[in-house]
Amino acid sequence: MKIRLGNEDIQSASVRRLERITGEDVKRCYQCGNCSGGCPVSYAMEIPPTKVMRFLQLGNIEEVQNANSMWLCVGCLQCYSRCPQGVSVAAILEGMRQETLRKGESRTEVKEVPFPFLKKAPQQAIVCGFRKFVG
Amino acid sequence: MKIPYYPGCTLNTVAKQFDTSARESASSVGFEMKELAQWNCCGATFPLTPDNVIGLTAPAKVLSNASKEGDTLTTLCAVCYNVLKRTNKVIRDNREKRNVINGFIEEEYDGSVNILHYLEVLRDKVGFDKVKASVKRPLKGIKAATYYGCMLLRPFEDIGIDKAERPTIFEDLLAALGAEPVEFANKIECCGAHLAMNNEEVVTTLSGKVMTSAVGAGAELIVTTCPLCQFNLEKSQPKVAEAGSGYSPVPVIYFTQALGLALGQDIATLGFEKNSSDIMPLLKKKGIA
Repeated sequence: MKIRLGNEDIQSASVRRLERITGEDVKRCYQCGNCSGGCPVSYAMEIPPTKVMRFLQLGNIEEVQNANSMWLCVGCLQCYSRCPQGVSVAAILEGMRQETLRKGESRTEVKEVPFPFLKKAPQQAIVCGFRKFVG
Repeated sequence: MKIPYYPGCTLNTVAKQFDTSARESASSVGFEMKELAQWNCCGATFPLTPDNVIGLTAPAKVLSNASKEGDTLTTLCAVCYNVLKRTNKVIRDNREKRNVINGFIEEEYDGSVNILHYLEVLRDKVGFDKVKASVKRPLKGIKAATYYGCMLLRPFEDIGIDKAERPTIFEDLLAALGAEPVEFANKIECCGAHLAMNNEEVVTTLSGKVMTSAVGAGAELIVTTCPLCQFNLEKSQPKVAEAGSGYSPVPVIYFTQALGLALGQDIATLGFEKNSSDIMPLLKKKGIA
């Protein structure tokens, strides 16, 4: 399969914007795969962390936006602590979540959260969950 | 020695036993936890996007209140500790953000408070030797898995409580209490955290890996530092056992409950009934209760 890459892909304005929000430079990743190896949830991600980085380098942010990866990232920072280049995929995925949430779109609506969970769960889970999933 | 203390929301409600056992243990080893006169939620998550300064205002308010009560602040919940310590570093090192944050919270805080986790207070201010000397009911013969989770450790350069990949502070404490810490592969892996809200399946898998790894290494008890780890592990345990992998549940307790137990506190006051796993059969088996 031939892939045609133009300047407009490499210089994708959406990726540059994501870099501004997150303070990360997607070009630093050299695809060693340590992040996906350390990530506890990569097994459930449609696009694992290393591939997320590659898609962004190629300017294909839509592919990542349509995957479940950003909603599964737990922010445990294993990717970052094992990255030889100091890239935080967790920050990149948080940036992508923020882009959705800041538009007022939610991944989980408050009314969908089961009452037994709200009653029994630690407050920190509820506060953190709302900040990660509710726009 | 009085140390200002930030309990955080969860320790004031569903993890009350974490708070009470810590306070009582502190008095047994010679310090007092002085709860901040005024405090609010820390926000329960450190914003990973650096442009999100508004997310730092809640923890900044806590820190600013703490600075009025002393130069040190201790906390127990691993998430509160992570959020407060990272926010403090931003305020200390980044003048631009410090000004924006202070403008929002209408304070003049400079990041000078030293944030210590309760484990650090025990190691660095009290000393594990003194803790060991204060033990009245050694946890002899209990093989304990010390589950760190993520927030107590990462990112290493901001937190620095111990070595990033092979920390030992938690094992050192349990050893001082007379228990036998076991080394297990998943001791610094995630429990599934806030996915508890909308993805029980992933939480069960991740917490299941932590517990099977611990029990596979011989643990008869799992000890935690975070109310969310505690919740996820305890909630997942029956499901992991039912899945038929041969896993059989073990008690999961807060490290301060283990501490209080070893320091000779009345077992009835340690709040074990608030945990959903039962530690009493293990204590009876070991001749501790």
